[in-house]
Amino acid sequence: MSTRVGVSGAEAGVVVRTEIRVFRAAGRLVLGWRTIVFLLVLFGAWELYVDLGGADSLILPPPHQIAQSLYDDRSLLWSNFLVTAREIVSGILVAAVAGLALAVSLHLSRTLRRALYPLLVASQAIPVVLVAPLLVLWLGFGFAPKLIVIAIVCFFPIVVTTLDGLAAVDPDLVKLMRTFDASRAATFRHVELPAALPGLFTGMKIASVFAPIGAVFAEQAGSNKGLGYVFQQAIPQLLTARAYAAVFILAAFAIALFALLTLAERLLLPWAYEPRGDNRA
Amino acid sequence: MPAKGANIQARARAVEAPAQEPRSPEGPNGVRIRSVDRVFVTRRGEVAALAGMSLDAAPGEIVAVVGPSGCGKSTLLELICGLQEPDGGTVEADPAALMPQRDLLLPWLDATDNAALALRAHGTPREQAREAARPWLERFGLAGFERSRPAELSGGMRQRVAFLRTLLAGKPVLALDEPFAALDALTRLEMQGWLGSLLAREPRTVVLVTHDVEEAVVLADRVVVMSPRPGRTVAELAVGLSRPRHRTDPEVVALRERALEALGIPR
Repeated sequence: MSTRVGVSGAEAGVVVRTEIRVFRAAGRLVLGWRTIVFLLVLFGAWELYVDLGGADSLILPPPHQIAQSLYDDRSLLWSNFLVTAREIVSGILVAAVAGLALAVSLHLSRTLRRALYPLLVASQAIPVVLVAPLLVLWLGFGFAPKLIVIAIVCFFPIVVTTLDGLAAVDPDLVKLMRTFDASRAATFRHVELPAALPGLFTGMKIASVFAPIGAVFAEQAGSNKGLGYVFQQAIPQLLTARAYAAVFILAAFAIALFALLTLAERLLLPWAYEPRGDNRA
Repeated sequence: MPAKGANIQARARAVEAPAQEPRSPEGPNGVRIRSVDRVFVTRRGEVAALAGMSLDAAPGEIVAVVGPSGCGKSTLLELICGLQEPDGGTVEADPAALMPQRDLLLPWLDATDNAALALRAHGTPREQAREAARPWLERFGLAGFERSRPAELSGGMRQRVAFLRTLLAGKPVLALDEPFAALDALTRLEMQGWLGSLLAREPRTVVLVTHDVEEAVVLADRVVVMSPRPGRTVAELAVGLSRPRHRTDPEVVALRERALEALGIPR
């Protein structure tokens, strides 16, 4: 009995330690000391460059003006950030669901794959700037056209990485399932789908970096709120520092999203980070 | 000989469907392979993997198949498992489950779920499948590792989980494809002893493909020696020694030498 308790105690210790390690790893992604040092050097050089007359501060505002704007315009920036953040997160989620569904369809049907894959690639060559005004025309100034633009931008990497994950399943494993009399559906559920989840996460991480760009384009095409709107209004008013502040917030949000997805992946799919023992033969 | 179209059709079907079930009418028949040909079409032309290969395994018999690399041993097992259809000759076999060379455990499942995979594949609910696998894990020396994922297991343990997974598929025939080839020499010896005692307690019809002649003689009732590609039987040795056997027993050594000779390796 006591051994039993001892074992589960040790197991609990391992779990807690693993989680601490995971959180630290994600934390390092957000703000490692090397990143901070690098940023300080970068901002210092930037400040010097502008102060010494390298560029007009209306074209390139020095970091201290951006910081000033971040503080002065904090309520304006914050309320518009919430709008954009909601668009980005919803867009990535919609793209993840639709991307997973399409990747699965393409994986299961060779006909669909042959027919749609080239079109999928071609769809990425269409500039979002071109499509965004059309969506505004159809769907108005609200949330929907932004969601669609962001989802379009995020869709492609998610489909490709998920499809690769599905295709990378060892064919011997599929054979093994067949000798177990597994149906196509059972093989998909127990073997292929779980194997594709790391690919889905990779796609979402890539998407989290593209999504803010999509959001800015969509908001510029027609809206009265959001960081893209703030950006668009600030430039003609010569409030360049405010525009840079908006960009700064978007960049910080992209890092946070990326780190959050990395953390979620490590907690939900810990096996994807373990050394694979079965590939030695 | 049936039209080639029929074969292609059968193979195309097999890609989507589970392995083809018994080509044997009823009752345990073991494995009967009669002058089977198997040809693969590659970009550089046709490659004959098997030509006139015959092999029998009576119910409950352990048959080891040894041969040089690339002699079609794995093709033979896939034929037995119904994963491929022969281009000529006949394959009759009781339902067979495959144990691949690499353990191919699913990295996201723990040892219990991996062992119970075949049950889950049939739609057994998860808890019920785990319940069924649990006593076996203990019998397989995996007590305390029920919840460990493959990455946390040693090579020998992973191979035992993989073997248990094949065993729990509940098929009368086990097709083992070089089950210990990926293990280090010491673990391999240990696992050979383990498999020998396991099969003594849990008799199954076994076709064991191996490149290790000693392993074949220690474990099998009969050793079939194959020629280089295209593979066919060139010699059959009845082992007929009592168990447990040891690899240093003079009879074992003598049989090993005879098998090596049949493989064309001089003393």
